[in-house]
Amino acid sequence: MLLELTPDQDFLRETTSKFLASQVPVGEIRRLCDDRLGYDPGYWKRGADLGWTSLLVSEERGGGSVSGRGLIDLTLLAHEFGAHAAPGPLAPANVVAGALAEFGTHPDVLAALLDGSAVAAWCWEEPGGLIGGRELELDITVERGDLVLNGRKKPVEAAADADHLLVTGRSGGGLTQVLVATGTPGVTVERLQSVDMTRRYAALRFDDVRLPGESVVGEVGGAGPAVERQLHQALVIQLAETVGTLDRAFAMTLEWAFDRYSFGRPLASYQELKHRFADMKSWVEGAHAIADAAADAVDEGRPEAAALVSAAKAFSGRYGLELMQDCVQMHGGIGVTFEHDLHLFMRRATANAAIFGTAADHHQRLARITIEEDSRS
Amino acid sequence: MTADTAEDLDRFRQRAGAWIRSNLRPLDHAALAAATAGELDEEEELAAIQHERQLMRMMFDAGFAGITISPEYGGQGLTPAHQQAFNEELSGFEHPSRLMVPNLSPCAAVLLDFGTEEQKKTHIPAILKGEELWMQLLSEPSGGSDVAGALTTAVRDGDEWVLNGSKIWTTGAWWSDWGLCLARTNWDVPKHRGLTVFMLPLHRDGVDVHRIEMINGSKEFCQEFLTDVRVPDTDRIGEVDKGWTVGTRWMFHERMLYNSPLITMPAFGRPATSSVSPVEVARDRGRLDDPLVRDLIGEAAMLDLVGSRLQQRIAQGVRTGHLSDQGAAIARLFGGVAGARARTITFQIAGEAGAAWSQHDGAAAGRGTDFLMRQAGCIGGGTTEMARNVVSERVLGMPRERSVDRDVPFREVPRGPSSDARSRA
Ligand SMILES: Cc1cc2nc3c(=O)[nH]c(=O)nc-3n(C[C@H](O)[C@H](O)[C@H](O)COP(=O)(O)OP(=O)(O)OC[C@H]3O[C@@H](n4cnc5c(N)ncnc54)[C@H](O)[C@@H]3O)c2cc1C
Repeated sequence: MLLELTPDQDFLRETTSKFLASQVPVGEIRRLCDDRLGYDPGYWKRGADLGWTSLLVSEERGGGSVSGRGLIDLTLLAHEFGAHAAPGPLAPANVVAGALAEFGTHPDVLAALLDGSAVAAWCWEEPGGLIGGRELELDITVERGDLVLNGRKKPVEAAADADHLLVTGRSGGGLTQVLVATGTPGVTVERLQSVDMTRRYAALRFDDVRLPGESVVGEVGGAGPAVERQLHQALVIQLAETVGTLDRAFAMTLEWAFDRYSFGRPLASYQELKHRFADMKSWVEGAHAIADAAADAVDEGRPEAAALVSAAKAFSGRYGLELMQDCVQMHGGIGVTFEHDLHLFMRRATANAAIFGTAADHHQRLARITIEEDSRS
Repeated sequence: MTADTAEDLDRFRQRAGAWIRSNLRPLDHAALAAATAGELDEEEELAAIQHERQLMRMMFDAGFAGITISPEYGGQGLTPAHQQAFNEELSGFEHPSRLMVPNLSPCAAVLLDFGTEEQKKTHIPAILKGEELWMQLLSEPSGGSDVAGALTTAVRDGDEWVLNGSKIWTTGAWWSDWGLCLARTNWDVPKHRGLTVFMLPLHRDGVDVHRIEMINGSKEFCQEFLTDVRVPDTDRIGEVDKGWTVGTRWMFHERMLYNSPLITMPAFGRPATSSVSPVEVARDRGRLDDPLVRDLIGEAAMLDLVGSRLQQRIAQGVRTGHLSDQGAAIARLFGGVAGARARTITFQIAGEAGAAWSQHDGAAAGRGTDFLMRQAGCIGGGTTEMARNVVSERVLGMPRERSVDRDVPFREVPRGPSSDARSRA
């Protein structure tokens, strides 16, 4: 999270933090673990009233940010989501709302997303993983003005209970995005098990799903740049959330190190453990720094955004998870119990690390970018 | 300086860019790598230093030296943002790389913090012009981590001080002019309360500079033997016996490394964590398409980007008071560990050329020797273990290690048998 917030941003963060602490304390997260949706619809609607879904949407289209930089504001929300392991489809709701607003299509759907009465899923990832270098395969063919979808998407956050799906596919040489209502014939939804307590993922099949031409968002075959931008937004939100989980887990573990005694002294007095905490501190700060740098570059649409986003993903995917496991280690036996709250945050970080490319996938992406840059210079 | 009076950032950037492009040569990556790897002979090394002194002079004459330093001391009186803009424009061009750390920071930084008006007016402009080159004389044969345990002693004699002892591991002392020297002025009080800082000309009678060969053949390391070196009291920095106040700030500047607003160096281009780009090594070894090699390239790029952004975050945190000065140790720790990993990565990509090579191996040549020197970045500038101590104790507030030397006169502090190992030539 940024070191310096504007008063408005600080207010947004503070309000969100208080709201989440009161609405979804750890007891509630534990209860929601067995809930089909993973959150209470009323909670999501109240969140929408607080502006959770409007930040990537311009004011003309019914949205608005607090600082004029919606994505940066959104990272503050996401950070708090991570710090509370909070439920709710924060990333998909915002990415899809942003996309609809950008192209000015489907105003009714956009309005419903903004007020929290509807939920949308952003359907990009495919089995096998797209970041590692696989080509996107879901096919979108234009037939007599209709769009016909064939292919698979997996895993997709919030897809099983969403009202709308924004689906990315290939039309010949270019990408296309279409908005699909969940009940459309030919769409098969399979609920997946998840490592997270409240986040729900699904696998989707599209078998000859036929949609009218106006379902398209943007242009047929011309969605490449928009999809890349959406991916970067989704990653920026995810990264900020992961940093929130790291902050929280680190703070909990630090407190434990002062309180827990062994051989008559606090754990925090042993140099071996102190040094590990110092390493962890450098990882936490590193994760903050690179996630903020990525958010800034994506928000401004700067060319180095892709490299920064992948560096942040690779870093938090590796060192963030290492930190989580170290936190478990510092706790001893209690650290591997369901009873202790540490795992709530480790779960979120773990899910995030595996979604939209692992650390290794992003090494590959970063290598591609670095080598291209090198051959240009 | 306010925004209205400071030269507009964009105009400054244009002026800087234009000057750089018409006065400086493009960066010679190969030459830089050879220099870092200790492949220059004495004459070449001196010529390189001379050239860098000229670059400093050119920047001074053109009004680009000491961008954030007050005009009273020969600087430009502009903001860190101006320095950053200059550094960005400098990307891809030659620059006085050896004359920045420790010359500008920590040395000039410490002078600016604690020097008298006269000391600053005499030395800062000379440093900015490349006429004076400064070194830090902290470490001693008896120990570098325990900086405050210095044994080098200064005894007052009228208006002068007489220094005796030995300093060690000073990079480049043989081609430098001045040293900032931490010395003991009182043995009868606890160690932190009996230290004083002096300015020491390195070519004065009684200063004997010996070069030490490092694993990679470089002879930049030096040891100085001080025998009855006389220093006027006007060359004392800070108060007598209050040297640790200076030392704490000094250590802070040291941990800030290249992130100090006093430092002129290209903002982009070369990875900060290693002297050789892993992409070049992979290309010269014909392994650019190997996914395992690409994994390493990606990892190195990641560490580099995270390291630089972390430096910026910590610098901003310290500047704005969100972090104490001690926070600089976080970036020092990360930089050391990431730099070591970067060396391992280029060594691994170099494969068999890491063991045996010729000039036909291109960037893969010499990576084995580089690897032998891997830990240098985790030792120089204060070790990563000391940084971990600082982060855990001073940033996270964990209990201090038990110390046996805190409240006893320094004279009575136990010293191990290794402390005298190198104290005689
Ligand atoms: C490339 C390079 C450039 C340098 N340039 C300079 C220079 O210009 N000027 C200068 O004065 N010095 C310089 N140094 C010296 C450097 O600052 C010291 O080497 C360093 O501070 C360590 O001191 P030492 O070598 O005496 O090791 P020691 O202090 O003896 O340490 C030995 C080992 O013990 C560990 N250790 C020591 N105390 C503790 C503790 N309390 N807790 C945990 N671990 C501990 C250390 O981390 C290290 O691993 C340079 C060193 C290098 C490698």
